[in-house]
Amino acid sequence: MINLAIEVGKTTTPEAVMFWFLAPLAIVAALGMLLSKKAVHSAILLAWVMITLAIFYIAQDALFLGIVQVVVYTGAVMMLFLFILMLVGVDSADSLKETIPGLRPIAITAAVGFGGLMVSLLGRATLGSDMVGLTDANAAGNVPALAQLLFSTYVWPFEVVSALLITAALGAMVLAHNHRLVARPTQRELSIKRFRGESLGSAAGLPNPGVYALHNAVDVPALLPDGTASEASVSAMLKARGDVIDSKPFQLIELANEEGEK
Amino acid sequence: MTSNYLVYLIALPLLGSALLLFAGRKADKWGHLLGTAMSGGAFVIGLYEFSQMLGRSTEQRAVTQKLFSWISVGSFQVDAGLMLDQLSICFVLLITGVGTLIHIYSIAYMSHDLDRRRFFAYLNLFIAAMLLLVLGDSYLNLYVGWEGVGLASYLLIGFWNQKPTYATAAKKAFVANRVGDMGLSLAIMIAFATLGTVSFAGVKEQASQASTGALTAIGIMLLVAATGKSAQFPLQAWLGDAMAGPTPVSALIHAATMVTAGVYLITRSNFIFDAAPTAQLCVAIIGAITLLFGAIIGTAKDDIKKALAASTMSQIGYMVLGAGLGPAGYAFAIMHLLTHGFFKAGMFLGAGSVMHGMDDEVNMRRYGGLSKFMPITFATFGLGYLAIIGVPPFAGFYSKDKIIEVAFNAGGIKGITLGCAALLGAAITAFYMTRVVILTFAGSKRWDDKAHPHESPVLMWLPMALLAIGSVASGFIFTRGNSLKNWLAPVVEQSPVHEGELLKPEVVSVLALVLVLLGVGLAVVKYLRKEIPLVAPTNVSIFTRIARRDLLQDDFNEAVFMKTGQKLTKALVVTDKSIIDGAVRGVAKLVQGSGSALRTTQTGFVRSYAMWILIGAIGLVAAIWVVTL
Amino acid sequence: MNAANYLYVSALLFTIGAIGVVVRRNAIVVFMCVELMLNAANLAFVTFARINGNLDGQVMAFFTMVVAACEVVVGLAIIVTIYRSRRSASVDDASLLKR
Repeated sequence: MINLAIEVGKTTTPEAVMFWFLAPLAIVAALGMLLSKKAVHSAILLAWVMITLAIFYIAQDALFLGIVQVVVYTGAVMMLFLFILMLVGVDSADSLKETIPGLRPIAITAAVGFGGLMVSLLGRATLGSDMVGLTDANAAGNVPALAQLLFSTYVWPFEVVSALLITAALGAMVLAHNHRLVARPTQRELSIKRFRGESLGSAAGLPNPGVYALHNAVDVPALLPDGTASEASVSAMLKARGDVIDSKPFQLIELANEEGEK
Repeated sequence: MTSNYLVYLIALPLLGSALLLFAGRKADKWGHLLGTAMSGGAFVIGLYEFSQMLGRSTEQRAVTQKLFSWISVGSFQVDAGLMLDQLSICFVLLITGVGTLIHIYSIAYMSHDLDRRRFFAYLNLFIAAMLLLVLGDSYLNLYVGWEGVGLASYLLIGFWNQKPTYATAAKKAFVANRVGDMGLSLAIMIAFATLGTVSFAGVKEQASQASTGALTAIGIMLLVAATGKSAQFPLQAWLGDAMAGPTPVSALIHAATMVTAGVYLITRSNFIFDAAPTAQLCVAIIGAITLLFGAIIGTAKDDIKKALAASTMSQIGYMVLGAGLGPAGYAFAIMHLLTHGFFKAGMFLGAGSVMHGMDDEVNMRRYGGLSKFMPITFATFGLGYLAIIGVPPFAGFYSKDKIIEVAFNAGGIKGITLGCAALLGAAITAFYMTRVVILTFAGSKRWDDKAHPHESPVLMWLPMALLAIGSVASGFIFTRGNSLKNWLAPVVEQSPVHEGELLKPEVVSVLALVLVLLGVGLAVVKYLRKEIPLVAPTNVSIFTRIARRDLLQDDFNEAVFMKTGQKLTKALVVTDKSIIDGAVRGVAKLVQGSGSALRTTQTGFVRSYAMWILIGAIGLVAAIWVVTL
Repeated sequence: MNAANYLYVSALLFTIGAIGVVVRRNAIVVFMCVELMLNAANLAFVTFARINGNLDGQVMAFFTMVVAACEVVVGLAIIVTIYRSRRSASVDDASLLKR
């Protein structure tokens, strides 16, 4: 695909074909991102727009940036977005109804005016007709040429940006860090709590689930010596899901009979 | 000539004042003795300087002492320097001498007052400030003393400030004095601006070259200062109320010394007034008006201290008139000042003695027949009385008659007018002083049975007796061989004597005596022969009523200055509230209103802010669009 | 083919992203729209580099990517923190600054 893009970029007509094929798709995808109710759909559409842009970069002799675009944006950044979406709730759908009165018409009017002005400005400018092209600049290859610039003219901004990256990483760690409100209880404290609790019934630990060797699964409550099922022996989560099985059928028959005789 | 002891004249009482004020209650037992000792010490130094001065030839008599360089700004150089010349020594001896006597008197008079120590501290402060006033060698040094005596006067008038009326009286004196002080500071500024110096010697030197206009301006401003401090028309209203202070204060500050500072100032500035005839004429006219003004008020007062205060105002009017008559009158103004210092201080102390014996009663209508109970007080007061009305050979006869004579001989209509005013004043003086003496010491007793009039202790009558001696002898001493006139000659310019141009001295004396006798006779007829009502009769003529209201001086001040000032203040308050505060509040309201209006755009929704950013971006792009069009 | 066509695509994508930032309420989608705007700008950079015949535009696009990566990392961490405390990823819910 990269080679195809390079080939297309070298000749004018193929580039035009590629452009007129991809550009409308990118615009549609961007609009879709804007209009979709589900954030996940927005993220997927945005990823598509970014891949399109990567192709555009490569078509415009920016091979390095095209690769970086794919790796950083569609790879890292979009993955991060999706990760956060999972955290926040992937199923939640936004209501597209406007809550601040008058904001949407103003915003759309303003944005359309902005876009119109930009397009009008670009139309007036004499750009592109006398395009220089990057053939000379990329003579030694795009990556060495960029490196030449980055480590000479732009070395100082480059270093500053590295500091910015580290600061951002630290900042994200600080923000995401969850402060404990109270100290973690020690083993001694837990032990005291267990023995000084309401009763000594659970002092030796909660009963294990299962009925003898007949059915030792976690969804079967243990039977107490008097034959009743112990609620404490199964997970509350299983109970909430309704996955607990009655343990009566697994009682030892002799014991049941003895009980019946009595 | 220089002397190293001048500073101690001021330092001793100043030290006493500081010690008494800072030592607190611990000094209550001995504070009055320390104060008296400090005042007495200053008197001894004054006597020493006087004896030294007598031993020198006329040209060598003035001594100076430079203390330190006070102000040194560019061409403006003022030293804190002292100067003791023939004029100053008169004042130094009067201030410290009479001052010490009054300190002694106060020991007894204030013995029942819990704050006697504070009283003596203030008295010492006054002595120090007054000495600085007369010893300063420049107008600026004089100004410090001038303000100092104003402060001491304020503190002492309001000494019993627990009574609101007394505190108000102190405030009134202070405010009236401020008006005069403003005149003095303006005079100093004009002097510096036009003459380039403020020292007496420097101004005297420069005065001959200065323009008459500048000198007249300085003179008028000095006159304003003198009217404030010496209770002259039109700033006279405070003196009557100043009697709120303890009687020794009235005797020392408001009769003998401080109120005569204006006369000192004019006499000291003789070189200015001699070169500015207009200002000098103003001085004489002010003096003449005040001497009649005070005398008329004196006839209507029933309060013994206020009657004496009115008399003081009138007598200082004589001095100012004398000083306003130029070289011929300076010496007589100072002479009258000195003799007045003796007899008026004596009479005030006598009045204090009477009050002391009558449970602080001041209404003369409730006295009567006290000569039997207070023989010494009656004797000393009587001698002062004879001195003030000008009966020969008592002191007032010599000094006052000379002023009348010089006034008549000033020449032209001016001389006749001023002379007649002075002569009429003498007659009225005789009338009201006789009235005071008759109401107090003669006639039948009119006091309650609760009062037990008695003679004052020796500490009180001794100063009175000494002052009475001065009342008797001082005039004779000063005029014998023109001693005081010759003594002062180097300080005040002498001019060819106008004696006998219009009226001969004998004629003046006879005229004055006849008028005095008329005044005395009228008072005897009016008050000795008739029963005195306990309450002042109300069905009296409009003139009497006006005189009782101090010739409407307070009404005038209230109507013209106080009411106008209040209206101005109210208008300023309204202006402040409506315009200045209005502007401030308007700005605040504008900001507040625009803030509330703009606040509605702050919804707190991030998306609306984002939209504003978008609109801003559109603005930018639109700007580029327009620019590249 | 005229390279300016890429610029038109870039302008349109940028506008769509801007609308999304203002209109959408889900913070994650808003973030995606911001990313779209950054990518649109990158496309313009790359195209300009080609038009002008030097690689500075590509370097700029490279830096933009780095900054965008930083922004995503920190921004998503903030979203997670807010979600943890408010149980909501809507940007309208975090409007406590009003009034």
